[in-house]
Amino acid sequence: MIRQALAVFRKDLASELRTRYAINALLMFVVVTLAVIMFALAGETLTPTALTGMLWVVMFFAAMSGLSRSFVAEEERGTTMTLQLLASPTAVYLGKLLFNLLLVAALNVFIVALFLLVMDQFVVSQFGLFWLVMLLGSLGIASATTIIAAIIARANTKGTLFPVLSFPVLLPLLMAGINATKIAVEDVRWDAVWPDLQLLGSYIVVITTVSFLLFDFVWKD
Amino acid sequence: MHVQAETISKKFNRRAVFRDVSFTVEPGEVFGITGRNGSGKSTLLRIVGGLLTPSGGEIRYRLGTVAVAPETLHRSIGYVAPYLTLYEEFSAEENIVLYARIRGLRHTHAEAQALLERVGLPVDRRDPIRAFSSGMKQRMRLVFAILHRPPLLLLDEPISNLDSEGKRIVYGIVDEFRRHGAVIIATNDAEDIAQCDRTISVEAA
Repeated sequence: MIRQALAVFRKDLASELRTRYAINALLMFVVVTLAVIMFALAGETLTPTALTGMLWVVMFFAAMSGLSRSFVAEEERGTTMTLQLLASPTAVYLGKLLFNLLLVAALNVFIVALFLLVMDQFVVSQFGLFWLVMLLGSLGIASATTIIAAIIARANTKGTLFPVLSFPVLLPLLMAGINATKIAVEDVRWDAVWPDLQLLGSYIVVITTVSFLLFDFVWKD
Repeated sequence: MHVQAETISKKFNRRAVFRDVSFTVEPGEVFGITGRNGSGKSTLLRIVGGLLTPSGGEIRYRLGTVAVAPETLHRSIGYVAPYLTLYEEFSAEENIVLYARIRGLRHTHAEAQALLERVGLPVDRRDPIRAFSSGMKQRMRLVFAILHRPPLLLLDEPISNLDSEGKRIVYGIVDEFRRHGAVIIATNDAEDIAQCDRTISVEAA
């Protein structure tokens, strides 16, 4: 099953590298959003808390603009049935989850790098903690958005439904992620961040387990 | 493969497509599903392939004496239909490698070329299959269906878009898989029906 899932992941990666649909859309979104933020700020000084919130807003909306592609692309190309005939639902879910994880992790690294480059006031005090929070945040976002993308893929209004359904599901992750990132930026003691890390870890376990259990029903008519 | 369908019904929302369809397909048999346009032949074939859930009734599958679970049914089925879309951004051989990998099969370059030759597709074309004609895409669907040598071959309008050579290839595959397992054909074409040992007519509800 793991080999099948890796094959689905490789297929999605090869397809994305060939068509560059999600990658180009995501990169353009991030660059344009950060440019708009810079113009809007125009020399204003923001607190680290405000900047942390802004970083997560960019990460959330960037994820919303590209992560649904994993399933929507299969539906739009008409290849959903082909994939159903090729692999078990578990292998499909795991392969799509791996692809979304790679996409969101690469995207978040790009966003953070650009953010550090253009936002002078955004200084990270504890880089180890900061990247740990980014890793957990990426895992949580990928896990939640993969099952939501599978649910909305057949809807007519998928573009609207994806962020609308994702927001309440991602809210606990966003709150814990923002809080933990703020602690990493402000150089507070490690033990202050522990409850948020626990929440992020628990969120990932719960959402991934529920997704595995639900996916069979979502994938077949 | 032995297939036993009992009182299968299908509704889309409140609209009934067909009601109480029952049949049995024995190993070594070519079974035909016929019926007027809109009677639900393709829907019934999708249900047999595990791609749609019936609104009522049950289908049981058996390989020898061993029951096949719905979760593993995709391993035992080869499916050809005009509405089956393959990965058109990849070339024919890349598609074969992709299917083999996802199915967990080892597949060599020579085997892939032999498959393409068997269905009458050029072995040296590197362009994406989106550039293929409709007949060539139909031949590619045959490759998709027979690559893993499934014990049950499900064919929906298998000769659509095919020339006479393509039809001969399809009937050659049907003949081979009749010996290897069982074949179910959903069709209204007289040539297809002539290949069948038995047929059932689906009536719209």
